[in-house]
Amino acid sequence: MRLTLKIWRQSDADATGTMVGYQVDDADEDMSFLELLDVLNEKLILSGDEPVAFDHDCREGICGSCSMVINGHPHGPQKATTACQLHLRHFRDGETITIEPWRAAAFPVIKDLVVDRSAFDRIIQAGGYVSVPTGAAPDAHATPVPKVHADRAFTAAACIGCGACVAACPNGSGSLFLGAKITHLGELPQGQPERDGRVVRMVEQHDAEGFGGCTNTGACTVSCPKEIPLDVISQLNHDYIAATSGRGRIA
Amino acid sequence: MVTVQKRPGGAGVRRLRNTSLQLKIVMAVTGAISVLYLVLHMIGNLKIFLGRSELDTYAEFLRTVGEPALPYSTLLWIIRVVLTVSIVLHIVSATILARRAARARPVRYAATPKTPGSYAARTMRWGGVIILLFIVYHILDLTTGTLNPNGVGGAVYDNVVSDFAPSRWYVTLFYTLAVVAVGFHLRHGIWSALQTLGHSSGARRHAQKVTSTVIAVVLTVGFLAVPFAVTFGLVA
Repeated sequence: MRLTLKIWRQSDADATGTMVGYQVDDADEDMSFLELLDVLNEKLILSGDEPVAFDHDCREGICGSCSMVINGHPHGPQKATTACQLHLRHFRDGETITIEPWRAAAFPVIKDLVVDRSAFDRIIQAGGYVSVPTGAAPDAHATPVPKVHADRAFTAAACIGCGACVAACPNGSGSLFLGAKITHLGELPQGQPERDGRVVRMVEQHDAEGFGGCTNTGACTVSCPKEIPLDVISQLNHDYIAATSGRGRIA
Repeated sequence: MVTVQKRPGGAGVRRLRNTSLQLKIVMAVTGAISVLYLVLHMIGNLKIFLGRSELDTYAEFLRTVGEPALPYSTLLWIIRVVLTVSIVLHIVSATILARRAARARPVRYAATPKTPGSYAARTMRWGGVIILLFIVYHILDLTTGTLNPNGVGGAVYDNVVSDFAPSRWYVTLFYTLAVVAVGFHLRHGIWSALQTLGHSSGARRHAQKVTSTVIAVVLTVGFLAVPFAVTFGLVA
């Protein structure tokens, strides 16, 4: 396959970036999208050029590292697929592919396609955890969890924190990520003691990081490689109202 | 290993006066008040099909209700104040949220495929501006009578009939555009408010979206029935 790539190149956080065109003549339809960039980078290194910086780790679709907007779609046009699991067979021979970093003020570009997503880490720090005093492990059946709650928590827990929801959102909102974490922990008995304080602190941190507000367009769930459903945002709103309307206990 | 760093400047959490979620809740509640008003307004308008005396009597009733315990026009002024406060809060919240959204997403993508999300969802902000301009015109036209060709206080029927006369087709056209904008605004807005107030779920979402669309269509048709009936001579 011959592919033309238009890639965002930016040498560091303060530099002004630009789109640069590259030609890859020996792409194979069985390659993953990241392997395509590997092939391009080998060429760039051999010719003495600076390789394209991009985030990647597991390449199995579960770590949430890869983060690039391909032809305007976070993680590319394939549904429920991370960029690392996207294969070139979904593109046409001779196609021009545009590759850009996540675009959000809260995710500043560090270099080329790499953005700083530590804003998400600080949101998790603010409340995305359960406090578990150490001691003997309790019996597995000591705390029953109804199946519907376990299923919903599991669906929400599939969030890998990649940030595609923010990249897709016209408002640069992290509401789908927030909603996934709130639903994941709030559906389980272990998440109850800190439930009210968690949502308030996480929402405040989300806003302080410079993410925008949700307008319920649903662009986030379309881009989510883990298909986190939109109702987690309703759960987030529900928990926030409960926690701040006097009914809640703020930890 | 994950390393969590403080932002340069390290002030930690910069507290905003209101979280975006609080502003959204304000928009949902004030929007709901406005929708309730629109339903009552539409029902009142449709009395034009019952004749001049029915409509004018209803208009007079809205002013005299509660008398003599309450002074003339008390109910009307309560409604006007509540509505004005609601709409001001709605617009202020929307403006703050739109400015935050613009700051949160400062750089556009080079590749822009068809945007996901409905037309209604994407036109909430500019649609809202059109609706605001319409409200200003509408008050000057049929409340104060300043821009109305008849403009006689209390003569609601005659004011409406002269307003939408066939020769003034451009007024009917402007009303149509504005009411359709309201319809689109409500189609996304009603469902969005339910989601914001935490009443949506995967199981309920479809029914809620259908309900929003039905309410939007009923209000659009109900509001357009009057000017069209006058323009096409069904009411004269």
